Amino acid sequence: MSAIENVSRRGFLKGAASAGAFVLCVRLFPDSLHAEGLPGNAPVDRAAFHPGVYVGIDTDGTVHIIAHRSEMGTTSRTSVPMILADELDADWKRVKLEQAIGDERYGSQNTDGSHSIREFYEPMRQAGATARMMLTQAAANQWGVPVSECSADLHTIVHSPTKRRLGYGELASAAAKLPAPKVTELKFKPKSAWRYIGKGSPSNDLPNVVTGKAVYGMDAQMDGMVYASIERPPVLGGKVKSFDDKEALKVAGVSQTVAIDPFQGPWGFQPLGGVAVIAKNTWAAFQGRKSLQIEWDNGPNATYNSDQYKKQLQETARNSAKVVRDHGDVDAAFAKGGKIIEAEYYVPHLAHAALEPLVAVADFRDGKVTAWAPTQNPQAVQDTVAKAVGISKENVICHVTLLGGGFGRKSKPDYVAEAAILSKKVGRPVKVVWTREDDIHFDFFHSVAAMYMKAAVDANGKPTAWLQRTAFPPIGSMGDPKLNYGGGFELGMGFTDMPFDVPNLRVENGPATARVRIGWLRSVANIYHAFAVQTFADELAHAAGRDPVDYMLELIGSQRVVDMTNVQNPNYGANYDVYPNDTGRLRKVLEIAAEKSGWGKRQLAKGSGMGIAVHRSFLTYVANVVEVQVSEDGKVHIPRVDTVVDAGLITNPEAARAQFEGAAVFGTSIALTGAITATNGAINQSNFDTYPVARMREAPLQTNVHLVESDAPPAGIGEPGVPPFVPALCNAIFAATGKRVRELPLGKTKLV
Amino acid sequence: MLKLKVNGTVRSFDGDPAMPLLWYLRDELRLTGTKFGCGMSLCGACTVHKDGKAVRSCMTPMSAAAGAEITTIEGLGANGLHPVQKAWMHINVPQCGYCQPGQMMQAASFLKTTKKPTDADIDSAMSGNICRCGTYQRVRAAIKSAAEELA
Repeated sequence: MSAIENVSRRGFLKGAASAGAFVLCVRLFPDSLHAEGLPGNAPVDRAAFHPGVYVGIDTDGTVHIIAHRSEMGTTSRTSVPMILADELDADWKRVKLEQAIGDERYGSQNTDGSHSIREFYEPMRQAGATARMMLTQAAANQWGVPVSECSADLHTIVHSPTKRRLGYGELASAAAKLPAPKVTELKFKPKSAWRYIGKGSPSNDLPNVVTGKAVYGMDAQMDGMVYASIERPPVLGGKVKSFDDKEALKVAGVSQTVAIDPFQGPWGFQPLGGVAVIAKNTWAAFQGRKSLQIEWDNGPNATYNSDQYKKQLQETARNSAKVVRDHGDVDAAFAKGGKIIEAEYYVPHLAHAALEPLVAVADFRDGKVTAWAPTQNPQAVQDTVAKAVGISKENVICHVTLLGGGFGRKSKPDYVAEAAILSKKVGRPVKVVWTREDDIHFDFFHSVAAMYMKAAVDANGKPTAWLQRTAFPPIGSMGDPKLNYGGGFELGMGFTDMPFDVPNLRVENGPATARVRIGWLRSVANIYHAFAVQTFADELAHAAGRDPVDYMLELIGSQRVVDMTNVQNPNYGANYDVYPNDTGRLRKVLEIAAEKSGWGKRQLAKGSGMGIAVHRSFLTYVANVVEVQVSEDGKVHIPRVDTVVDAGLITNPEAARAQFEGAAVFGTSIALTGAITATNGAINQSNFDTYPVARMREAPLQTNVHLVESDAPPAGIGEPGVPPFVPALCNAIFAATGKRVRELPLGKTKLV
Repeated sequence: MLKLKVNGTVRSFDGDPAMPLLWYLRDELRLTGTKFGCGMSLCGACTVHKDGKAVRSCMTPMSAAAGAEITTIEGLGANGLHPVQKAWMHINVPQCGYCQPGQMMQAASFLKTTKKPTDADIDSAMSGNICRCGTYQRVRAAIKSAAEELA
């Protein structure tokens, strides 16, 4: 058990400090992105006044703030520093953001798990308040007045009785000589004085994005760089038996080929091995690769066929398994007879398919590596690259570019290690470019899952007993391929934390061995668990002849904290006292969603229906009402979505709304088309023709996002919109057509 | 040796005529605003204008670009921001932003011929451009806003 629990999403590979310095000219990076800083020597560190790693103030008043989280579209690069700027009472126009290199002195940089704001809200406020209080003290000293008469006002300190002012730049050198206040002595701004928190701002990168100047990993360049495209083993764990590169070397622009050693288990974030073609541009590398002749030893995973695997997984879910939550006596309640309702659900493997395929540039020189990568986790890059080329992680400098989407895939730096390995062999900086086909074939796939649900209901259709079972190959298999039970963090994503008020409840987890690399995808295990739980609840409502909203409110029951006594309760790494699973908040988002969507009150067009689902994930409560129209030929059209969100205090509401609009589209892809399958160990899908994602015409026409005003501690934004959307859509399809979707994608279900 | 014009500048190219325009723009001219997403004209991230019309540069061989006038996102707003770019800023369309140069190039081309686009027109013109972050409803709103400014 401990082995399972050691594998958490953030703890999987821990980062470490980096040191050492060498500079290679990197061109084209706009000031806003260019992390010119080397370890311990960022502009923040060089500023006249820098009372910590996150903020520095120059004597001209420029405030440098480190953006230590990665930007993949959530605005964390803007929103996290904004918290610091607010508490510092800085003028946002005079703030320069600096993307951090990978360095453990910044704390976690693993930008996933929807926790950038949750985890760094307090540290950012503390950093801002520390700097502000020291500047205030410096001003009081200069004027020879009590500090109590001085206060911050937009980049200046003002002495209230005399209205004298000193700018932050003027005070920087003096403030630098003062002792920093203790954390317990910090005084924070009252909410009424907030300038940025809760008001928000567009992404700082917006102007560069719309002019094409923004620099993603795909756009990173180093002087003298060559390009590489890698033919990887088609089956996980496969090895090159032999290869012939004669034709590849004849391709104009191709300079050499390089074999990459096969990896040694466990899988972790290691490169997969294969043969790389090195060329003077991307196209030549792609062409050379097509001419390679490789004979593979596919290894034991060549027996993996997803059709067969699916049957086994479904069979596992039908049989009793490890109990992970239990109260009352489910068996006794089932034995009493009465009406029993059962259902099975299935969700296939999914690929991340961020629009920017994986890519990285690395230069190995004098026993050190400098890398530029679109990574969600630069500290994991340090660790993985160091192991791959046999140096210490202190000798890996990882610069973080903008990410063209991430969704969890870019937390796993196998692609950066490939670039470093090749640079070491070639003796020049190497840019490894994955094709779309590579990106899909060699993903760390979102886990396939089978769920079995069973309830005994009373005369009113209310459950007296509820059994739910899940089986999926776990993420922990990356660290230990033999691991076949879910980690507590996966089971705690919508399954063991199930909030319904049922007198007899049992939750079980069956075993499943991974045959492909498993990774986390936006909202992770919540995707399949919310699909099963929220669809089953809707099935029970209809079986009882009840309105789904009324029925769901009854299932949730009265306002309380879900009792997790004797249940492993990871709660997304948060303290359950601070972030309880509060059914009152769950009820509230559901009630607001019903009201805002006109639930039960709107006349719908022919073939239309509305569906509802409500789910807590990443400590955020979300309800979705989806309106769907199914045409006579079975096409699904989504004219309207209403999303209600209680995420506690929201720093950047506009960005939050965008995330929930996007989550509805991401959910549409999962529901309509997403499926990864394998034949003889090789993945069948390869590009957007065989792995379609939602296009404009399939996406919801209008998603209305309603944010609940809250002073509760900040919770997740990026992921929690995905889990309830999928069952709400499928429940709407049932309302429209009478066809129940129990397997995704719903193309598997005949709707007409 | 073939010649073409890119963002108003005459360029010559003597490499593999089968090489897609995308890689010439990105690797040779270092105009990296045009993105690689799929290599098969399936996602639209590589959209540029060839003689004023949106094309997928990932499947436009250099031989087909000979003599053409190519405009990329870097050249779209030759005199400041193009109305489409302004609308994209105003509506705050991008999330990760990677697909957005392609979306904007597609939209700018579309609005040349469709002055008052309906939702159905927009669906039909834009469904070849994938946005994995899911900004479609803002893309739609920005296109309508840009259409008003262009009118």
